[in-house]
Amino acid sequence: MRAFNKNETDTPAETPAAVPGTVSPRTRTAKPSRRRGDQAAHLITMLFAASIILLTAWLFFELYANALPTREKFGWHFLEGTTWDPVALEFGALPFIYGTLVTSALALLIGVPLGVGAAMFLAELAPPRLSDGLAFIIELLAAVPSVIYGLLAIFTLVPFVRDYLAPLLRTTLGFLPIFQGPAYGLSFLAGGIILAIMVLPFIISISREVLLSVPREQREASLALGATRWETAWQVVIPYARTGIIGSIFLALARALGETMAVTMVIGNDPRIKASLFAPGYSIAAVIANEFSEATSAMHTSALIELGFVLFCITILVNAVARVLISTMNSRNSAA
Amino acid sequence: MISYRSRRKAINIIMFTLTGICTFIAIAVLFFILGYLVWQGGHALSWNFFTKLPAPVGETGGGFANSILGSAKLLLLAALIGIPIGFLAGVYLAEFSGTKPAFVVRYTADLLNGVPSIVMGIFAYAIIVLPMGHFSTLAGGIALGVMMVPIALRSTEEFLRSVPNSLREGALALGATKWKAVATVVVPAALPGITTGLMLALARVAGETAPLLFTAFGNQFWSPGWNQPTASLPTTIYQYAISPYEEWHQEAWAAGLVLLLLVLATNIAGRFILRRQIHTSRG
Repeated sequence: MRAFNKNETDTPAETPAAVPGTVSPRTRTAKPSRRRGDQAAHLITMLFAASIILLTAWLFFELYANALPTREKFGWHFLEGTTWDPVALEFGALPFIYGTLVTSALALLIGVPLGVGAAMFLAELAPPRLSDGLAFIIELLAAVPSVIYGLLAIFTLVPFVRDYLAPLLRTTLGFLPIFQGPAYGLSFLAGGIILAIMVLPFIISISREVLLSVPREQREASLALGATRWETAWQVVIPYARTGIIGSIFLALARALGETMAVTMVIGNDPRIKASLFAPGYSIAAVIANEFSEATSAMHTSALIELGFVLFCITILVNAVARVLISTMNSRNSAA
Repeated sequence: MISYRSRRKAINIIMFTLTGICTFIAIAVLFFILGYLVWQGGHALSWNFFTKLPAPVGETGGGFANSILGSAKLLLLAALIGIPIGFLAGVYLAEFSGTKPAFVVRYTADLLNGVPSIVMGIFAYAIIVLPMGHFSTLAGGIALGVMMVPIALRSTEEFLRSVPNSLREGALALGATKWKAVATVVVPAALPGITTGLMLALARVAGETAPLLFTAFGNQFWSPGWNQPTASLPTTIYQYAISPYEEWHQEAWAAGLVLLLLVLATNIAGRFILRRQIHTSRG
């Protein structure tokens, strides 16, 4: 079975989209004035395209420059300090970095199996019409504003975690330190769950598309050898689509890391590092959202901007990896 | 042998049932959100909601009129910034550029699209609020506008690329210069798709809260002009949701319902138009 996975080169190419811009007008015979019109249009649109690169660079620069006071005072210790005290001008980012990482990890832990499972159902089992309809609904889920997720989470998820989920986890898995301690509803756990729900549509819709782009011959060969549909999906289709699926997971991770509102509303906003998932915590985005407009000292603002800068760098990195993985997958499929 | 086969068949059924449950959970979430908001927000919704200013705590009959107007103004600004840049850059990528510059711009736009919205807020704060010394509608609009740029760019490029090459060749063969062919033939052909894409981009930034918290800030009253802090639907929902007052929670539900319906309606309408567009261009 495995040998077939490597057999990617003999699949017919999907017709690549027609490449525009290949038609070149015969500027040789055109009058100079007509050529000038083309040149002007080219130049103007190019300037706007270039402005996007400039904009991104400017964004980077503003974050970098405005965080300078913090970097000068704390240097790399900013990242490992555990005290966040705006009054004493003592700024350490570790509790926030910890909170962001814990909630994002939880989100992936819950979201990836659910998301990839649903994508497999939609791509491998559901009839195309049903699959398209359900995918449409799932894409709507991605359009729901995050403040609405937060609103619902405060009033439904938080009480649920406090009254049912946390006691249940404590009695069944309480020997693990992460499931010990008193259960506040506002917690890492609630933050992780709401993030999982929010990244789910991204994982599902991208993974589904990646799975659908796996050539039909791969499936047919496996089925012809007597494999069941599940074996085909699990041992042939998933390995073939692995790169793209991992890409979708990275994309989801980037979203989870940067998600602000929903997490701010349920994480509890307590800048302490606790092993228990039932304890309230804090995330990078949440502390920026809560304290930025109330920051009184320049150092406080600059520390928050430095946090934003850290978040920016992490998400850019994760996004870059995701894009490379997804485009590798796509180009392999169309070049095969 | 038989038992081995039936075991494999059983695994097949069990695993696909599990994936079906995964799908069900994902779908159920949407209906839960919609149902819960309708249930909680439906009865709090009244005419006052659209026409009145927020009432002080303890009084009933307040509305979200200033938030609605504030959101509209912010979206107008966002559209004025995001659409021209995104659209023209998209035209460049699809019609004028070579593959290498196109790749660089597209990649940068994707990265920009991935920047957390709260960081966009910091950017707008740094370039507008800090020099001007106060929060303003302008700053909020710019934050949302920058967020729109990559989305507008990608949808413009995508729909221009879906225009058949024969249309371009036809226009050029008739003696049109390239920019004329683009402006009078290619762009009009792709316009329904592009417009829909831009509507979806607007719907996406309409629900953004994080970049507005310290740019547009919030306001209990009307915000005349562009230079003062303004309320907006998402930030007011946030403010009301985390407040300790029961009546504010009610109003947050109502506002959440309105915002969700607006966003979902735009998305559903947009996607239907897009689907028809794709069918006609293929057929």
